[in-house]
Amino acid sequence: MLKEDELKKGPNLYTPFLGTTTGSWRLLRPVLDRARCNNCLACWLFCPEGCFEREERAVTLNLDFCKGCGICVAECPRQALALVEEGSDDARLLER
Amino acid sequence: MRAYLNGNEAVATAVRLARAEVVAAYPITPQSTIVEKIAEYIADGSMAADYIRVESEHAALAACYGAAVTGTRVFTATSSQGLAYMFEMLHYVSGCRVPLVMAVTNRGLAAPWTIWADHQDAIACRDTGWIQLYVETAQEALDTCLQAYKIAAHPEVLTPVMVCLDGYVLSHTEEIVDVPDQEAVDVFLPPYRPEYAVDPARPIVFGIGAGPELYPAFKHYQHQAMLRAREIIEDVDREFAALFGRSYGGLVDPYYCDGAEVVLVLMGATAGTAREVVDDLRRRGEQVGLLRLRSFRPFPVAALRSVLAGTKVVAVLDRDCSFGYEGVLATEIKAALQGANVPGTPEVAGFTGGLGGSDIRPEDLAGIFRRCLEAVRRRDRGESPAVSGGCSENGKAEGINLWLS
Ligand code: SF4
Ligand code: SF4
Repeated sequence: MLKEDELKKGPNLYTPFLGTTTGSWRLLRPVLDRARCNNCLACWLFCPEGCFEREERAVTLNLDFCKGCGICVAECPRQALALVEEGSDDARLLER
Repeated sequence: MRAYLNGNEAVATAVRLARAEVVAAYPITPQSTIVEKIAEYIADGSMAADYIRVESEHAALAACYGAAVTGTRVFTATSSQGLAYMFEMLHYVSGCRVPLVMAVTNRGLAAPWTIWADHQDAIACRDTGWIQLYVETAQEALDTCLQAYKIAAHPEVLTPVMVCLDGYVLSHTEEIVDVPDQEAVDVFLPPYRPEYAVDPARPIVFGIGAGPELYPAFKHYQHQAMLRAREIIEDVDREFAALFGRSYGGLVDPYYCDGAEVVLVLMGATAGTAREVVDDLRRRGEQVGLLRLRSFRPFPVAALRSVLAGTKVVAVLDRDCSFGYEGVLATEIKAALQGANVPGTPEVAGFTGGLGGSDIRPEDLAGIFRRCLEAVRRRDRGESPAVSGGCSENGKAEGINLWLS
């Protein structure tokens, strides 16, 4: 929670401010198979929410602001990403 | 220096003296000559500012908002349809607590299409979170613009200000205006140094998204700041008076209200006419007064109550209408007095007039006073009141241009 002093001066905050996340609004979740990823960074470039982190060998995915748009899935040339329905019994929701 | 200026030129002069650094506006009658004058100042080098040409009023305020958050002193002006077109951005600016100053040269709203004065444009923006100050003269327009920068940027206020001046009656009518010295204005208004400013070295998000757990807190503090602005407006008016020798009473500007039986409440340039009428009636022994409301938002409840408490009838003249109810100011004055909860609360009679530039003549105002004085006499005789403030009976209309709401 923000301090009174910060609240009093308006909703203008130094980054990073991640007080509210929107990941729970998502209906579809991208799941990443890191074994298939060749680190081409297409997903990192195209994701409108900046969900991908660059790493040594393969990207990682932070879903806090992911809206399930599927752009990363469409762009990945290695089929390392797939869209899975949230709340379904798809085993990949647990795995990755 | 004394100069012969109309209201719009007085505003432009104030903006130059305030050393505004960015101006973005879209022309609209009767505001246009404000920003035309500023463009001239920039072209001839007497004002060091960037003038951003934009495609609409929505864009004008968006550009000003962007410029202001980089820590520059900013100005824009508009009227009527232009203000309506800004509506979305008005909330962004006030919500982000950006201390902009904007002149609103008041003009009625279409349809029917009109370019002439009334207050409907600004009144319709009552709840946008902007401070609204209404002025009576070109001199006050100049002085209030200077005051507005100081009020808006006060760390406990951080709220944008609209300086409202009646179209044509003020904007295009010349009067002798005392133009303060630059040195004195520099003392009154030091350079604008906001606590928050966009700086690539320290990234900041203006107008974060806020969920239900955070949003109300921001709105609560915005409201608190607006309430606090009541004191700041008075402080700044006093500080201005000490430096420049002119005061406008801060929130309200009472004229012969002490011991008055009937007080007329209104905003804007009509006060000039009303002073004449009050003088005339006072000479005839009638106990009448005028209360010019200068600050419509924040609404000076305590100041109004203290001035109006001892009166018998309060007449309110609105240059606006909340269709299906009554003039907006009438409603607000009634609410303020009702809340006072003191015995002998005066009767409030709301009149609506002067719409779309229709003249408010001395005889119209004298008619309002006469009607209210008659009500006072009836009340003194123990007969039932009076001017009747209801919104449904319109049987006592003064005429089509001025009606009892
Ligand atoms: S689904 Fe959309 S938002 Fe989520 S990671 Fe992929 S591109 Fe980004
Ligand atoms: S687009 Fe696919 S292969 Fe390329 S980095 Fe992203 S997940 Fe890996």
